Amino acid sequence: MTKTYTLMRARQRDRRHLLRAAFAAAGAAALTGCDKLSNNEAFVDTLKSAQRLSLAAANVVAPKGAMAQEFGQADVAPVFRSNGTLSPMDADYVALRNAAFAGYKLQVGGLVEKPAEYTLDALKAMPSRTQITRHDCVEGWSCIGKWTGVQLGAILDMVQPKPEAKFVLFRCYDSMDGPSLDERDSRYYESIDLSEARHAQTILAYDLNDKALPVSNGAPLRCRVERQLGYKQAKYIRSIELVSDFSKIRGGKGGYWEDEGYEWYGGI
Amino acid sequence: MDIEADRVAMPPARAADTVGGTSVYRHRLPVRLMHWINVVCMTILLGSGLNIFNAHPTLYWGHDSVTGTPWLSIRGENTPAGPVGKTRLGSTDFDTTGVLGVSKVNGDMTSRGFPSWATIPGAQWLAMARNWHLFFAWLFVVNGVLYVLYTVFSKHLVRDLIPTREELRNIGHSIVDHIKFKHPTGAAATRYNVLQSLAYLIVIFVLLPLIVFAGMALSPRLDTVFTGWVDLLGGRQSARSLHFLAAAGLLLFVFIHVFQVIVAGVWNEMRSMITGWYKVPADRPAVEEVRP
Repeated sequence: MTKTYTLMRARQRDRRHLLRAAFAAAGAAALTGCDKLSNNEAFVDTLKSAQRLSLAAANVVAPKGAMAQEFGQADVAPVFRSNGTLSPMDADYVALRNAAFAGYKLQVGGLVEKPAEYTLDALKAMPSRTQITRHDCVEGWSCIGKWTGVQLGAILDMVQPKPEAKFVLFRCYDSMDGPSLDERDSRYYESIDLSEARHAQTILAYDLNDKALPVSNGAPLRCRVERQLGYKQAKYIRSIELVSDFSKIRGGKGGYWEDEGYEWYGGI
Repeated sequence: MDIEADRVAMPPARAADTVGGTSVYRHRLPVRLMHWINVVCMTILLGSGLNIFNAHPTLYWGHDSVTGTPWLSIRGENTPAGPVGKTRLGSTDFDTTGVLGVSKVNGDMTSRGFPSWATIPGAQWLAMARNWHLFFAWLFVVNGVLYVLYTVFSKHLVRDLIPTREELRNIGHSIVDHIKFKHPTGAAATRYNVLQSLAYLIVIFVLLPLIVFAGMALSPRLDTVFTGWVDLLGGRQSARSLHFLAAAGLLLFVFIHVFQVIVAGVWNEMRSMITGWYKVPADRPAVEEVRP
């Protein structure tokens, strides 16, 4: 009896070890497979197609004009978290900053009927919108801040996009790979479509928490696209350009982080 | 990770006639198919989810992560004795070097939340992890919705999943049986036992909807479907915590589920979930056999 029992136990133990080894091997193979597939362009394109499906689904369930949640003064974080570039080292930006942005001009051009330039004072003289919103970083953190600025839609009304214009492209001052005088192509850039650009909460913000926008948060002007993730909120805006497509611009994906593999639509 | 072992419902008379040793067709094809799709989805969602978590390895209660209350934080620290992985739960620090906070990546001790072997992809790569996660989330939700529709329209839900009043009354016996690792035999083995039914119902109607809605709450665009609905979950950072906890709950379910499958007879159970056919265990002899 005892002998049979011991044998049974031994057999079960062997079987359990075998199973465990099989599961471990299968698991390791599956994970290695996932890593290989992550470097397969066609496969990654298939994976990414789900995010275009998500955008289409979001457009169905959330009306185009649906508003992001706005919060109360009590919800505002004492210090707004800064991420990405904290202080651009690019010479043109440093010169502007040293003059307290007195010489700053926002250029708006590209596929528009009336290209224009706006000084900071001109922007501040326009009707403004103030909103207390939650900033959601793709990394997972959130921060609530109070933004004041000009609605991008109002600027578009003035410059009048041509019919072929589809996207609003933001060109920024900050070089992500450090400043280099000869090659400027690591400067941050972003793009959103016209429908997002004309949304009521899409503003070019010059104030944060009732004070001039700090350098670490994108002074003198940054975009707020409240229904998308943090990387869509271009800081240190240099110029705005209306384009019909962005496939020939830098990496061709419509933004600095998009060129690094992040999705162009940052609403998910 | 099954959401389910679907038993072919049998008329009571036939079920009562079922004796040990015979084979019954226990899981129908749609359920087997959906079960294995689920296995793939949940494995990939967990791995890619842990990779996404690693991009900001702290969880909070509240709207935002500045004023919110952190309750779980995983971090790596450099000490004179070398890198140390620390996990803070509430206000207590645990040394989790080697697994959480600091673990080996290609042989080097590296600071990262969950270890490389648990994440998809293995490298810390947020953009790619999101690609995996957001693709398989769709497949998972479509599969889950089809499953729920199937259980309702095939009457599987009412017939097999929802325990009868009598079963609920005898829940004490079932708990004792589970503690003794006593598995049903004969006719009883063709039905879910009450604890199993309740576990499946909690997974299907509590944990899965929670993980989906908490996941949707993380999308700034989906937050606007009904402006402010995220507050129902306590705010976006709370939603991130709930998404994580629901995943932990599902993982616990999977561990118990796989454990039960192994204890109950792995080949028989696997065969029944692959081919549908299950060999009903023979009725227990009067004298208890020795069970390790």
